[in-house]
Amino acid sequence: MRSKFSKKVQDILSADSKTVFITGDLGYNALEAIQATAKERFINAGVAEQNMVGVAAGLAYKDFETFVYSIAPFAVYRCLEQIKIDVCIHNLPVYIVGNGGGYGYGIMGATHHAIEDIGCLSTLPNITCWVPAFSEDVDYCLDQIITQKKPAYLRLGLGKSYQVKFDIAAINHIVKADIPEITIIALGPVVHNAIEAIGENNNIDLFTILSVPIIEMNEKLLKSISQARKVIVIEEHVERGGLGEHILSLLAKRNIHLLKFLSLHAKGYPSKLYGSQAFHQKESGLDAENIKKEISQLLLS
Amino acid sequence: MNYQQKQYEYRKKLLAMYYNANAGHIGCSLSCIDILIALFELKSGDERVILSKGHAAAALYTMLNETGEISDETLSTFYKNGTKLSAHPSANFFTNIPFALGSLGHGLPIGCGIAYANKLTNNKENIFILMSDGETNEGTTWEAAHFAVAKKLDNLIVVIDKNKLQGFGYTKDVLGDTAEIGKWKSIGFDAIEEDGHDVEKLIKSINHLKSNKNRLPKLIIANTIKGKGVDYMENKLEWHYLPMDIEMYNRALISIENNYNA
Repeated sequence: MRSKFSKKVQDILSADSKTVFITGDLGYNALEAIQATAKERFINAGVAEQNMVGVAAGLAYKDFETFVYSIAPFAVYRCLEQIKIDVCIHNLPVYIVGNGGGYGYGIMGATHHAIEDIGCLSTLPNITCWVPAFSEDVDYCLDQIITQKKPAYLRLGLGKSYQVKFDIAAINHIVKADIPEITIIALGPVVHNAIEAIGENNNIDLFTILSVPIIEMNEKLLKSISQARKVIVIEEHVERGGLGEHILSLLAKRNIHLLKFLSLHAKGYPSKLYGSQAFHQKESGLDAENIKKEISQLLLS
Repeated sequence: MNYQQKQYEYRKKLLAMYYNANAGHIGCSLSCIDILIALFELKSGDERVILSKGHAAAALYTMLNETGEISDETLSTFYKNGTKLSAHPSANFFTNIPFALGSLGHGLPIGCGIAYANKLTNNKENIFILMSDGETNEGTTWEAAHFAVAKKLDNLIVVIDKNKLQGFGYTKDVLGDTAEIGKWKSIGFDAIEEDGHDVEKLIKSINHLKSNKNRLPKLIIANTIKGKGVDYMENKLEWHYLPMDIEMYNRALISIENNYNA
């Protein structure tokens, strides 16, 4: 996703002289082209994440839309107060970009993981969190972000491409059931594990949701849920403040009753051991094998 | 009004605000009101003064009342339910309060962003940041300070209200003197010290610094007295917090009368 992101941001910076890009001293082998394009509108703010968000707010006050880039945990937690006060309360066009959301940085360890980012940010005023699932979603999210011109967070990960041309929206129907018995909703690239788990099953609907909070509920998704009444939400994020809770709250408000709801989410470090992103997904039951098992059980229940 | 008259009238106004609101932070406002008089004298209409030490909001509200941006009626709502004038400045109401501030260490990074934006657009405006000396404890202050030097922001003018007292003690006893001029010079600021209660000297010094187009960010360490002008409040930690009763308020009025209007 990072190369898609880099290419698209390069285009944005070329087209609009009132856009600035700030990095917190990261982006080797990824941001060089942006730097070359943006020249003095590319700022390496050093290893000083809180300051760079304040700087972005100052730039935005002077009518510059500003991207602020780091790896997800540093971009979110280190400068949460700056995001809340300097950016969100003033509703400024500052776009926080966190690379490697979830367990994306795998073996780098807990300091480099961001499994509570959506929970932290989605409670703040005016901000929308964007989580691409497929690599082509990055362009869609960026188009939404620069159109809305308000605080945004973009969580990047390792997404695969769509296999067929796809008309991307904020909610996407990825796998279509003949008659749905389960509705699966995935946040981010963990959707690829769900696709693998579904395999040849023709009774499972799979959707991705690219924005939290959900901007507009999709009728196809509501119809699927109403038919299946069994929902699995899959996210590389802790349960608290994640997409699952968000969905449940929306369904409750619409008086939609479920037979079963299953949240598959990041569980932190259950074995207290570390490994690749796939290792941590497995530890949390987010791997294709476990999703498949959960689907089988849910179909029988 | 000459500067001494302003020093008297503005103090009278802010003491009345604090008395009517039964509110604290009086010492913090009295230590920086003279700096604000100087900065508002210096700044052009489009330039901004960012009160990073947001706990002195009453001093800023007083200034904006004098400039006509905050009406008497609005000023009288200070601290009351439904007010636009919270104890620390709120966002999105007044042109000259562009940011909500009150959590320390936010003003300088924002100022760096504004200064950088002005450089990008070849805008000759300066940005003024008024900080407290306690605020120089904050890590973001030093992140931003190094940023300002590295990016050669000579349109950034920082004033530190150095009253030598912070939330729970003398700055020298808490983390040491983090607002010491040598520290700022050593990282590359064009820095001077000045009497923070001499408006004329402050204006002269800031004007002098402004004229140095030497690609260095500017700093004035304004040596001040917490509670300045009200004798019994001066250099007393408790006047960071305490409100005045009627007897204290009357004594405060007599004190500023003697000091500025005799």
